[in-house]
Amino acid sequence: MLNKLYSKSKQEKHLVRALTGGAAAAEALRQIQPDVMAVYPITPQTPIIETFAKMKADGKVNAEIIQVESEHSAMSAVVGAQAAGARTVTATSSQGLALMHEILYIASGLRLPSLMYVSARALSAPINIHGEHGDVMAVRDSGWIQIFAQNAQEVYDLGFIGLKLAEETRFPVMVVMDGFQTSHTTERVELLPDDEIEDFVGVYQPQNFLLNLKNPVSFGPLALQDSYFDFRVDQQKDFLKTKNEFQRICRDFGREFQRHYDFFEEYETKDAKEVIVIMGSVAGTVKEVVDRLREKGKKVGVLAVTLFRPFDYQKIGEKLAHAKRIAVLDRAMSVGAYPPLYTEVVNGVYHATGRKIEVASYTYGLGGRDTFQKQIEKVFADLEKGNISDRVKYLK
Amino acid sequence: MEKESFGIIFLARGGQGAKTASELLAHSAVEEGKFVKAFPFFGPERSGAPTKMFLRISEKEIRTQEPIIKPDIVIVMDETVMGGSEVIENLNENGFLIINSKLSKEEMKKKLPNFNGSFHLIDATAIALDLTGNANPNAVLLGKLIKVMEVVSMETLTGIFRHYFTSKLGQDLTEKNIAAIWAGHDAL
Repeated sequence: MLNKLYSKSKQEKHLVRALTGGAAAAEALRQIQPDVMAVYPITPQTPIIETFAKMKADGKVNAEIIQVESEHSAMSAVVGAQAAGARTVTATSSQGLALMHEILYIASGLRLPSLMYVSARALSAPINIHGEHGDVMAVRDSGWIQIFAQNAQEVYDLGFIGLKLAEETRFPVMVVMDGFQTSHTTERVELLPDDEIEDFVGVYQPQNFLLNLKNPVSFGPLALQDSYFDFRVDQQKDFLKTKNEFQRICRDFGREFQRHYDFFEEYETKDAKEVIVIMGSVAGTVKEVVDRLREKGKKVGVLAVTLFRPFDYQKIGEKLAHAKRIAVLDRAMSVGAYPPLYTEVVNGVYHATGRKIEVASYTYGLGGRDTFQKQIEKVFADLEKGNISDRVKYLK
Repeated sequence: MEKESFGIIFLARGGQGAKTASELLAHSAVEEGKFVKAFPFFGPERSGAPTKMFLRISEKEIRTQEPIIKPDIVIVMDETVMGGSEVIENLNENGFLIINSKLSKEEMKKKLPNFNGSFHLIDATAIALDLTGNANPNAVLLGKLIKVMEVVSMETLTGIFRHYFTSKLGQDLTEKNIAAIWAGHDAL
């Protein structure tokens, strides 16, 4: 009710705003109108829950805000509220996400469709509060759908797509933004009217929930040698199907609001000989470099991954099949192994094409280190010269 | 605005209002239909420590996420943080340097041996103290910036200021700050 009043008086007149990624996330959450939000502050996610708490204080959201004593409890509260039948959201970063780790698997295994914004940040030690994808990569096998945003606009849009995807597939979703580089950068964001979002996300109707007295159910039963394996295989099968649902919801969103998302954003890749594959905010920096190199006649492009879990190996392989040389830029480190996105891309290219395309691995931006256009130019130059080895290179 | 895009850097100390100033400009530019990216140098935030704010304003979508290396405009809110600043040395030849200082032009020239461009001096702290009772030079410097390079109109900026600050500062202090913006704009 209050939300309606707010929208009429203010928002519809000013649909374009200057917002940080964090504020854009809070605005999306306001429009989603969750029943419950579990909150525990951690940099660089705090602006999301702070802004949301202010909206609550101002009467703009009805959500029950549950303040907890740690992220382990935050995710536990999410699981409890969602299992009870409430539309439930939260947000976190870094050590917070790591502390949630064991409960993340429970949320997914119980098929609870919660939405979590992650402001991605480095993990300790040494302690560092700045942006990278190490925290998100550490939970990539937890059964959460992982969607990467490049900027504040995408943070906002992908929140709606993520929530709908969660509720329609009954898997939890994390929408990831780069800590600071996106969460704390003020950008132009085009907002959508409250009533149209209300129509798009719809009313949450849980299939099975604890507070449904007409159909009592148990959550979290014991499954031993005779059945655990089968549960996990079913989870895997269903999880892989969410790819199609993601694409369908993106198409619906595009038809409704004229903003288009897919597994990947392809930029100048059609005839590109050299392609960079990347996720997150630095994709924008690469696009800028691609434009400049194209002006000089270089056939270069960038493929920015939006849906990282589940990963579509076939599609990425097909998209990259025409490239001569590829560089994968990871903003995370797998200690003792090749970095995560690189590994997926190599798999995809090999499975789709059956041939070995030269793929170089670069790690960039750890602990918030800035990445400059000059460094991206160097990557394209390396690719053009065939300066590729099986060693991981660092864009320091 | 003749140029299609601008890179602006604020050099300041934590607590001087560089973030507020750059966000006011960002909101104003978006109000005028432009694209922006405004972000601080992401260091530890402490009152009194040197800080940097980066602001890009453009007619087109801004995609790059790298910090500004060659700015068009540098605003020095505290002259004690500009010593040896690469940012100033990288200022475009046709760029503008605005410095909050009591010094004369000749005295300032000696402090900027490697800078050949033109610079604008204004004692923004004194003007702010006089008009608002607060030493934060940001409002005055915003007015000066718009006089030097009209990245947004005064009408939009003062409108945005009223929109965001009337409830926080009250009408009296809001209007005093707007007077400070105009004083910066009209200062010689």
